[in-house]
Amino acid sequence: MAKYLLLKHYRGAPAPANDVPMEQWTPEEISAHVQYMRDFAARLEGTGEFVDNQALAPEGMFVRYDGEGRPPATDGPFVETKDLIAGWMVIDVDSYERAIELAGELSAAPGAGGKPIHEWLELRPFLGEACTITE
Amino acid sequence: MDGVLLRSLTPGVLGILVRRGADFAAAEDAVQDALVEAVRVWPADPPRDPKGWLVTVAWRRFLDATRADAARRRREDLLDEEPTPGPAPMVDDTLQLYFLCAHPSLTPSSAVALTLRAVGGLTTRQIAQAYLVPEATMAQRISRAKRTVSGVRFNQPGDVATVLRVLYLVYNEGYSGDVDLAAEAIRLTRQLAAAIDHPEVAGLLALMLLHHARRAARTAPDGSLVPLAEQDRGRWDTESIAEGVGILQAALARDRLGEFQAQAAIAALHADAPTAEETDWVQVVEWYDELARLTDNPVVRLNRAVAVGEADGPRAGLAALVALDDSLPRHTAVAAHLHERDGDLTTAARLYAEAARRAPNLAERDHLTRQAARLNARGHR
Repeated sequence: MAKYLLLKHYRGAPAPANDVPMEQWTPEEISAHVQYMRDFAARLEGTGEFVDNQALAPEGMFVRYDGEGRPPATDGPFVETKDLIAGWMVIDVDSYERAIELAGELSAAPGAGGKPIHEWLELRPFLGEACTITE
Repeated sequence: MDGVLLRSLTPGVLGILVRRGADFAAAEDAVQDALVEAVRVWPADPPRDPKGWLVTVAWRRFLDATRADAARRRREDLLDEEPTPGPAPMVDDTLQLYFLCAHPSLTPSSAVALTLRAVGGLTTRQIAQAYLVPEATMAQRISRAKRTVSGVRFNQPGDVATVLRVLYLVYNEGYSGDVDLAAEAIRLTRQLAAAIDHPEVAGLLALMLLHHARRAARTAPDGSLVPLAEQDRGRWDTESIAEGVGILQAALARDRLGEFQAQAAIAALHADAPTAEETDWVQVVEWYDELARLTDNPVVRLNRAVAVGEADGPRAGLAALVALDDSLPRHTAVAAHLHERDGDLTTAARLYAEAARRAPNLAERDHLTRQAARLNARGHR
């Protein structure tokens, strides 16, 4: 009964073992990959462990307050070297071990050659609500 | 239409159907149908015996559904052996339901969800809101839980300890949405205590009441944590404290001590003290020693170190802390507190900051960060 964020990186995380850019996969490999993620989410819905998932567009930029009367500063669109979040999934599981197990499964999504991409996923616990008993 | 009445009757009706041999999931469907029917019929034609009415209608629905089912023959054989619907005894059906919902084959989150649904009569939406998950997820969790217990026969005696653990989980979950889980856990534990004569059930109820009594004082209006020593004791609920202490004393008198009674005893000592300074820390330490004998939970030994620090001074507390694994939750926060009381403010500030990084929730993290900031700011004044 703790929520975890599974964060998928396009870039910024270490390179996965099966690191072939998606546009070089066959269409069937892409379909298989997408289907794997869908099945994964559907299965977690079935076990009562699914909370949310969203994919993010690759566009994005850093934005910062730049002083009184000035428009916010932006450093422009993301470029190759920056970390880039592809999307996330939120799960609600009974244990930390279960969270790691599921993250491992999601990381095994098939890629080029139908082989698991061994994608690095960032696994982060949510800060919970304050327990009733803490004193 | 009295929604509270319906909700209070639901578990009993469900329990009777299940005891008569209805499959858990089918029984729940039948009870839901009966509730819908009650909402339709009762305003114009209120029954003399609402529970009996619900049992009769639900049982009829169950039979209708069963007859239409593919597994008709097997179930009809089962029904032939069962008594016909009639006046229902008010006894232990709900109690049986508690044991079923806390069945060891269920994961903790499933057991909690099923208990709130079947015993508490909450809607799936309310449970989903309380746990901040989508309704579809909670619906699946509940239906899986029902499937898991569908083969479990009702005559197996359950394990009280498992039931108490589930109720304690509900209590500890905090609260959000329109259902206050702490209050719900107290309500359910009260029901359980009325149905079963067991000192640990009384112990858990006392513990919940004593903790609950301090709830209003535990957070400031801005939502930040107020530590026990700084709480406005005038805001503690004295009625709830008196009830908790009474229940605890009756339980302790039976001389069958358990974990929850010991925890409640510690909570009672805190609740009894008119000021933080007047807390009987020596007795608190003694109760932690009892508790450590009953359970090998390392969190108990951590809390004991805090009490030792109050009873015998911060050095003694730190000495008690040395024996414990520093990866324990809140270990660093306790160390920070004891170092501060010992006058080593630099170490305390560093440890508070470290504890903040490891805090399991936002309120605690903010509190610990503020403690570190308070100590770090002293040089700037």
